[in-house]
Amino acid sequence: MNKKFSMKLHLPVLLFGLVMPFLFPSLQYQIATLWVMILFALTWDVMGGQMGYNSLGNIFFFGIGMYASAVVQIMQFADVGQYTAAQGVLEVQYSNTQYFQGLVLGIIASGFVAALSAVLLGWTVFGLRGPYFAIGTLGLALAGGELMGTWEWVGAGGGIPMPVFPYSAQAKGMTFYFLCFIAAVVTFATLQWVYTTRFGLAINAIRDDEEKAEAMGIYTVRYKTIGWAISAFFLGISGALFGNITGFIEPLEVAFPTVTFGIFMVAMTLLGGKGTLWGPVLGAVLFHTLKEVTWTYFLGWQWVALGMLIIINVVFFQQGIMGWLMEKYPEKFGIVVEDKGASK
Amino acid sequence: MFDNIMVLVAAPVFNIQLLLDGLFIGATYALAAYGLALVWGVMNVKNLAQGDFVIMGGYIAWWLGNHGIHPLWGVPVAIVFMFGFGWVVYVTIIRRVIDKELFTSLLATFGLAIVLAQVLNLLFGPEVQTANAGFPILSLFDNAVTLAQIKIIALILCALLALAVVLFMKKSRMGQAIRATAQDARAARVMGIDTDKVYAFTFSLNAAICGAAGALISMIWVIQPFYGISHSIRSFVIVTAAGFGNLPGVIMAGLGLGVMENYGGFVLGAEFQQVVVVGLLLIVLVWRQFQQHKLRRAVI
Repeated sequence: MNKKFSMKLHLPVLLFGLVMPFLFPSLQYQIATLWVMILFALTWDVMGGQMGYNSLGNIFFFGIGMYASAVVQIMQFADVGQYTAAQGVLEVQYSNTQYFQGLVLGIIASGFVAALSAVLLGWTVFGLRGPYFAIGTLGLALAGGELMGTWEWVGAGGGIPMPVFPYSAQAKGMTFYFLCFIAAVVTFATLQWVYTTRFGLAINAIRDDEEKAEAMGIYTVRYKTIGWAISAFFLGISGALFGNITGFIEPLEVAFPTVTFGIFMVAMTLLGGKGTLWGPVLGAVLFHTLKEVTWTYFLGWQWVALGMLIIINVVFFQQGIMGWLMEKYPEKFGIVVEDKGASK
Repeated sequence: MFDNIMVLVAAPVFNIQLLLDGLFIGATYALAAYGLALVWGVMNVKNLAQGDFVIMGGYIAWWLGNHGIHPLWGVPVAIVFMFGFGWVVYVTIIRRVIDKELFTSLLATFGLAIVLAQVLNLLFGPEVQTANAGFPILSLFDNAVTLAQIKIIALILCALLALAVVLFMKKSRMGQAIRATAQDARAARVMGIDTDKVYAFTFSLNAAICGAAGALISMIWVIQPFYGISHSIRSFVIVTAAGFGNLPGVIMAGLGLGVMENYGGFVLGAEFQQVVVVGLLLIVLVWRQFQQHKLRRAVI
């Protein structure tokens, strides 16, 4: 997108994020989720849009981050094994400092654990190309949920009740709203910067032709791993935040929701237009708004509608909104249209 | 876990039970995987709705069983119904994504998988179902091993269906056209083969095969609207391990997967059965990657 135009969008979005929770307190949770959704779409686009590696299992890092932060937070005041085995019955005492210290450490840990797991997994999955990569990552996410569901130390299928926020529910809402907001904004800013560097060019080269990129001397495996680690880092943090907002971690529905959040991120990015910076944001806003407004009127058919949306999106509207705009008004995006014939 | 292994060592007769169960269910996996190999090899479409076609076939047999018709009739009914359904899916979705990049077809079929699973859920509810075929259960080895007669019937039907498909591919005009298209679609078009029709037929044939496999699975095992994805993954494991156009390989991989799943479920505990399937997928993919690594040296 045209740089000047892109800059013009920053201010209203930031203002919207800062003002909304005070103007409409009842929508606070929805908008906090919206920021998480934007983060989802942005991080998916690093791999799917910019690098051409379509992952169906990025939600794996969301779950890993959620569990990492839960473990770190609980470690501040109790033995993790004991705490999870008691299923929330265990009487635990913790001071406010312990809680916030745990929260901060947990969020940091979640990002790094997720990024580290991306680096480690990168060694095994990055030899996979195209559809094999998509299926392999899908398997990874499914395996993650199933394995966590059998691991006693982190509560197995029973899940973990998160430490309770020491102040009022309102204060909790506000705190996590702004944490989500900051996470999304930092993600956006980081990606915006990263796409302008050599790294951005390298991953675009990988998307366009991996063999040629390799032949040009680009260390493709290294770039792919870094790209995945970046997206995993932010996804892990979003997992930590979401786990705390929900207040209860369960392996299949909350931590590794492969067929809900895991697919939402793909659907949102494709809707907005993959491979662009604002596309995922636009897609996330549209998708989330549509979903929140219409979801309750579908009476059980909402998942059918979601599947239909994906099919229609993929089959008929592959380039997404941003892609369509770029095709229609290339000048606005600073794309020079090469001589379409002298008649024009 | 070690206790379970000790049980197997101490009482070898349990091995026979696990082996038999694995082989019978594995035969249906192989059948569904053969359909995937067909579509993958001929059209280069990775169908993630494969498992949901299987589950649909299962619900057809179950539904017939509930309405006083023997669920074995579900096999032919599922073949006919799913053939038509496959044609509709091809015309509405697959035809439009077939020449786009590979991820498109993968995602489109994934969307289809979500739709099908949810529609089945809304129609029949989320309970685990099984179609009661009403055949007696045989006991072998002093009642240590039980064997339902329906499993033997299902195995025979599986083999007959596979044979029928192979003969069809070898002998009939349409089968020859399908094989020609798989070899070189452009050349086939030049020779006057209507490749669009061939693709439609191949996809419908795949859906019909899945439907038959599903009808059998509903009688010898269980079905549930959301089990589709694990059946899809099983098919992918089998085809990736065997490669397409390799029918003996698909059969061996299918039977092997069934056996390994059963053993894994027994040794590690029933909650690990899903993990075994997904774990095998990852292992097969990584193993394939090592094989390819020998062919090309990546810059690291």
